[in-house]
Amino acid sequence: MIMDLCRENLAGMRDLLKDGEVSAVDLCRAHLNRIAERKSLNAFITIDGERAIDAARTADKRKQAGEETGLLAGLPLAVKDNICIDGQPTTCASKILDKFIPPYTATAVFNLLNAGAVIVGKTNLDEFGMGSSDEHSHFGPVKNPHDLSRTPGGSSGGSAAAVADFQVTAALGSDTGGSVRQPASFCGIVGLKPTYGAVSRYGLTAFASSFDQIGVLTRSVTDCEMVFRVICGRDEHDATSVRSIYPDDYSGDLKSAGRMRIGIPTEYFGEGLAPEVGAIVEKTIEELARDGRAIRKISLPHTKYAVAAYYIIANAEASANLARFDGVRYGTRVDSGQLSALYRESRSQGFGVEVKRRILLGTYVLSAGYRDEYYDRAQRVRTKIIGDFEDVFSSVDLLVCPTTPTTAFKLGEKLDDPLAMYLSDIYTVPASLAGLPALSVPCGTANGLPVGLQIIGPRFAESRLFSLATEIERLAGHRRTGV
Amino acid sequence: MTGWDRNHADFEAVIGLEIHAQLLTESKMFCGCSTAYGAPPNTQTCPVCLGLPGALPVANRQAIEYALRFVLAVGGTVNRRNVFARKNYYYPDLPKGYQISQYDQPLGEGGTIIIIEDNTAKSIGLMRAHLEEDAGKSFHVDARAGGPATLVDLNRCGVPLLEIVSQPEIRSPYQAYLFVTKIRQLVRYLDICSGDMEKGALRCDANISVRRQRKKTLGTRTEIKNINSIRGVERALTREIDRQIDILGSGGQIEQTTLFWDDDAQDVRPMRGKEESADYRYFPDPDLPEVVIDDDWLRRAAKAIPELPNQRRDRLVHEFHIPPYDAGVLTAERPLAEYFEAVASLVDRPKSAANWVLTEVLGALREVSGNIEEFPVQPPQLAELLREIEVGNISGKIAKEVFRIMQSEGGSAREIIERRGLQQISDGDTIQLVIGQVLRAYPTECKAYRGGKKKLFGFFVGEVMARTNGKANPQKVNELLRKMLED
Repeated sequence: MIMDLCRENLAGMRDLLKDGEVSAVDLCRAHLNRIAERKSLNAFITIDGERAIDAARTADKRKQAGEETGLLAGLPLAVKDNICIDGQPTTCASKILDKFIPPYTATAVFNLLNAGAVIVGKTNLDEFGMGSSDEHSHFGPVKNPHDLSRTPGGSSGGSAAAVADFQVTAALGSDTGGSVRQPASFCGIVGLKPTYGAVSRYGLTAFASSFDQIGVLTRSVTDCEMVFRVICGRDEHDATSVRSIYPDDYSGDLKSAGRMRIGIPTEYFGEGLAPEVGAIVEKTIEELARDGRAIRKISLPHTKYAVAAYYIIANAEASANLARFDGVRYGTRVDSGQLSALYRESRSQGFGVEVKRRILLGTYVLSAGYRDEYYDRAQRVRTKIIGDFEDVFSSVDLLVCPTTPTTAFKLGEKLDDPLAMYLSDIYTVPASLAGLPALSVPCGTANGLPVGLQIIGPRFAESRLFSLATEIERLAGHRRTGV
Repeated sequence: MTGWDRNHADFEAVIGLEIHAQLLTESKMFCGCSTAYGAPPNTQTCPVCLGLPGALPVANRQAIEYALRFVLAVGGTVNRRNVFARKNYYYPDLPKGYQISQYDQPLGEGGTIIIIEDNTAKSIGLMRAHLEEDAGKSFHVDARAGGPATLVDLNRCGVPLLEIVSQPEIRSPYQAYLFVTKIRQLVRYLDICSGDMEKGALRCDANISVRRQRKKTLGTRTEIKNINSIRGVERALTREIDRQIDILGSGGQIEQTTLFWDDDAQDVRPMRGKEESADYRYFPDPDLPEVVIDDDWLRRAAKAIPELPNQRRDRLVHEFHIPPYDAGVLTAERPLAEYFEAVASLVDRPKSAANWVLTEVLGALREVSGNIEEFPVQPPQLAELLREIEVGNISGKIAKEVFRIMQSEGGSAREIIERRGLQQISDGDTIQLVIGQVLRAYPTECKAYRGGKKKLFGFFVGEVMARTNGKANPQKVNELLRKMLED
């Protein structure tokens, strides 16, 4: 019974709650039990069962009192641990945020709570979102529920593993260069990176501000849309957030109501793509064509520069964003009496190796004499990549491609080879550079491991993404495997 | 003139100033926290100005508008697309590890400030004016107070600043003094900054080098920070020029350094613990979209610019026929100019109103070091008093007495004059009666006067005034006295 409850999706749970078959407290307990049973996956950093049960109890009371309840009333969700919740530790999986408790709640979480959601805990991640395997966590790596010897992907690996493993039904992640889509792909679930500006970043610890977006991880497209609907919208605390009304503002200004035209970017099917991944993605595309979709091969010529440009700009921004972690006001403080030593020691001991690598790279590319050559040049590449997408979206409505070049790799496999690790983001970073919405939806398995298909749309075309993803979900249904 | 001019005539100073003006917004540059001065430490903070993880800045449009006013008022060019940039450096009073400022696209470029030195106008060019956020305040506590430690107050952190950078066109400490005075006057006129240097609302850094007269190339410059009074500007620069000339004069070389003005010691000293040439790694702040200033916004900002001091001075000269110097004093501060114009508009003789404001009102203000807005005698009351003089009800001398009563006890001029019986005596019969008494009382002096000792006339006037308690109309007294003595 309990396991069955956890296997429901959000819509199913809503029905069960509505019919009075279960209470929100039942749901919450079921999930807390599942989390406890599956602790070995290391998907969570903090679990606040008491607080979650209280929230569930409140949801039940409101329902009994006949009060109007929100879209997510009584539904258990998890939040990536780089997103602030008032009064709960936010670690960003870093030692440097040791004992830090934010005095405020991120807007996205605030919206979830407003919709009645029950937050069961904070999920594990690569430190500050920097990584593609969830191995760069101060709290140890997360394991992929499909194969415990493999990574769930990163950096939202904890959120992806928890959702795929039925520890929670939906989770917030954050996506800077693929950190929602890649783990969703590795774990066989749905992961949305919204348009830059669709979801407020207020309360999301910044990694690279011009890329970061809070995203959604769920087991179904419908669930993903439901959570997105709740968290999207303009927020006065985030000057880069823009549109407000879902779905009206998120149809991508689709002019024609005719047949949806799908573009296949040839650059995403070249060298480096594992044949078994390519095969299943191409098979799905064929099925879409058979369903009467117009499929067209297109080119995004600057794709090959995307990873380089991404790692220059993102790390440049990160080098400034992470300067605030200096041991002066909160977190790890190693004080020997000298100011410069306080900075040096607190940061040396507080940050992990990957974070240090990125801060150094980012500092370097902004330094006098190098900025032109690296940062400014990467910005020009970014403009070209945005132009590539603008060009193709004049002739197609959506793009379809693999989310990642391979299925989930082994834990430890790329840990000593940062470049190989960075290249696993090759299909996800271009949409990040262009601020476009992109969604990974499972399209089958290769050698027993999930394969994700990525849909990329024009800015604010989320509802279009959901519509095609629903189609793919249906097509791939027969190929789906459980944990 | 200051010492270095006399002693070091061979050298010329080249000075550029950077002025930080705290804008008079109610909330901070990038968050809603109050900017009020003097609150207990760290009580005016929030996740944004504390730089907590996940907090984001949102630009204060009022601050942008104030800055626009300044750029327009000095005739600078407004950049329509404004980019905020991060200036990266570590300091405990800078919680984010970077300061949000503007770099290659400042709000304003160019413009001029006119200073007047020895009745000659000199125009000092401005390089730029840009917006930025202030840092917090550090207090270094020594062993006696439980230290050594540094305490940080972040109330000031995030307060909007307008950084005004002059061209290196200032040639003496006195000109620098005039420049800062003029900037202070302008920002106060524009109502965008209190100009209060003691509270840090206006701060000044100076870049300075000296070179031999008529030489074109610039010498090595030093920077002086922490100048927090207008007089300090002149003193600090004088001190630094002396120091540089002494070095150059004895064959030494100037080292490019940052110095710190110690107001107590009246000397410059090297800054401690500051890196020599910092690389601030400026880049556009991705959290803040470009701020585009459209025509509408420009028009609104322009509309909020009042008549500026120089224009106002010229207008007063023409409109009220008062000397340029007097008009300059009257327009130095906007509230004083408002006060004067209010009085002038209510009387027949604005010129005498000007004299009254310049001597009596300013004198009284100096005595109590008060400000004009709270002065007990407001323009309608002063105008009423001046009208009493105009219609001959009281003499100027009595008027000053009435003015003092109005100041200390309040009340209207009319009422005070009546209650105390201070009306001027202009009635010929009454005055003749008193003159008759005086002439009878001083027969010897009468004789002497009539014998040719005309200087005694003043003595008789004084006696008449004394017997009327100063209330006799002086003109009438002169006229009748002369007649009666000659008879």
